[in-house]
Amino acid sequence: MSRHRSYRPGGLRPAARIATYGSLILFSLIYILPFVIELGSSFKTDADATANPLNPIPGHWTLAAFHELAQQDFPLWFFNSAFVSVSVTLGRILFDSLAGYALARLRFRGRGALFSAIIAVMAVPSVVLMIPKFLVLNELNLYNTYAGMIMPLLADAAGVFIMKQFFESIPPSVEEAARIDGAGIFRTFWSVVLPMARPALITLTVLSFQGSWNELSNFIVSRQSPSLNTLTSGVASLVSGQLGQGNQYPLKLAAALLMTIPVAIVFFVFQRQLVRGTQGAVKE
Amino acid sequence: MAAQIEATAARPAASARRARGRRPRGGGIRGREAAAGWLFTAPAVLMIVVFLVVPILMAAWVSVSDWSGIGNPFGGGAHYVGTRNYSALLTQGGLARQQLVQSITNNFYYVLLVVPLQTVLALFLAVALNRRRLAGRGFFRTAYYFPSVTSTVAISIVFLFLFSGSGVVNTILGDLGANGPTWFADPNGLIHLLLGVFGVHTPPAALANHGLLGQSWWDWLSGPSIAMTVIIVLSIWTTSGTFMLIFLAALQNIPAEVEEAAIMDGTNAWQRMRRVTLPMLRPTLFLVLTLGLIGCWQVFDQVYIMSQGNPSGTTLTPAYLSYLTSFGNQQWGEGAAISFLLFAIIVVLTVLQRFLLRERDAGR
Repeated sequence: MSRHRSYRPGGLRPAARIATYGSLILFSLIYILPFVIELGSSFKTDADATANPLNPIPGHWTLAAFHELAQQDFPLWFFNSAFVSVSVTLGRILFDSLAGYALARLRFRGRGALFSAIIAVMAVPSVVLMIPKFLVLNELNLYNTYAGMIMPLLADAAGVFIMKQFFESIPPSVEEAARIDGAGIFRTFWSVVLPMARPALITLTVLSFQGSWNELSNFIVSRQSPSLNTLTSGVASLVSGQLGQGNQYPLKLAAALLMTIPVAIVFFVFQRQLVRGTQGAVKE
Repeated sequence: MAAQIEATAARPAASARRARGRRPRGGGIRGREAAAGWLFTAPAVLMIVVFLVVPILMAAWVSVSDWSGIGNPFGGGAHYVGTRNYSALLTQGGLARQQLVQSITNNFYYVLLVVPLQTVLALFLAVALNRRRLAGRGFFRTAYYFPSVTSTVAISIVFLFLFSGSGVVNTILGDLGANGPTWFADPNGLIHLLLGVFGVHTPPAALANHGLLGQSWWDWLSGPSIAMTVIIVLSIWTTSGTFMLIFLAALQNIPAEVEEAAIMDGTNAWQRMRRVTLPMLRPTLFLVLTLGLIGCWQVFDQVYIMSQGNPSGTTLTPAYLSYLTSFGNQQWGEGAAISFLLFAIIVVLTVLQRFLLRERDAGR
């Protein structure tokens, strides 16, 4: 009897309900609280942040940390990050969709082998590539240049893979119609197929922007000049204390806060697409 | 990333349709198509070759050379030294081997804690979020996933603040009547500390006097240091959200009837989890464990920002050590050799994991 009563589709017994919501709320606090403290502490004075770390509300509101950042190289780092991330994103969209389309649709000798090679390359862990990247940039005289910071990030086997898989899911009838109407291969790709690939392009855009905005190791090995610091490498140098006295937590936290805002915006704008993208993830 | 890769996963039906739909045409069009194929793939392939394949070959040469950062390593600046760099790291009892072995020990404990904990946490959160008629699902999902999209640099700064000597965590511990450690300055290993609780402060001779690769068993068994534990907590906190999303997607693909049938059979929630849900999540579990394992052996950013390998080398990882050896100490040959050893570790462990999980499948 009791067994049958426990069958309530969608329902939960009260104890289980409390336990579920209780743990969900507890964990959301653990995940959110650090950001709240980050936000509040960046408006504090040094002494306040050190004396009352737990209270996210400043005893005395101040913009000192932000003023200080504005006078440092922070705006330059921000510009560098934006420039590099946008360049990488645009480059990847172009290169990956071209290559993905060719691998999915155009028949040429060696296509299968080329695709296998790209899959194999995806397996190389990026951290292993730090020294190799430096060596090649040095050899090509690209070390300490914007080009040297951007180009290694354009080697994006995973993006080619994403685009190829997507193009294969589009029925070929549309492009065939365009081809019969006399459109060339590139024209068919550019004005017929690419507009249809919008969902995959959004996924690729978000991943590329987020990835290159948050990238650190590439900018450690591709440049040395302080004027080429991105937000990640620049803020990392702040942490190691180049600014001198005190722990300056409000300053560092303000920097961390500001560098989070662009990816947060992208995340909240495209969240639905991203979550949906992952939800197709493990379909077999 | 890999989640997204599989997102647009292969649809065999589509390619079959294509094969049927398109009959080979005249040679001219074929030829143009082949030319376009190579032209379209050229930019991406060029980047991959120049910035991935060629660099690996260059690093392979440097790893068997004595390049010290001066001159051109490919034009007389370096000499072939055979396997000297590798033997310094693996067989000779010097500083190089001591540091490498320590970094591997550290990273081993990091993997041992991060991979299972983040997987269990991600699965737990996903199962909780997958309940039907859950209020605030979107809010919770966003809250858990958000740390995954922010940069490690920003998160590391927040954690440096949270775990500073008089920081948030120690304030909370203080309120609870406990004395928090000075997290980032504490090289004591967790297992050593645990043994200390039971009165074991000095190693038994058997453990202190014998060892492997020049490190005593006692040091192998130190556990992660307090400082490393903070990095472990940070990693679990940032990556569990991504894996939660992957699990959630897989859970939503399990038809509701399967669970309902199990309920009708009189199973309780735990039995359903063990006998129904987990077996159906097997491919996802494998994906998450593999991604976790590969990612965890590459830990670099957190160490670079938070600890630089300190205190007493207890947060050194092979990835950071290879950076330090080459960019810091200008011993490029040795640094490159560490990279290749790390690569080998990752490959071997991934294959091993695959083998172990497949073995059990066959037994079923």
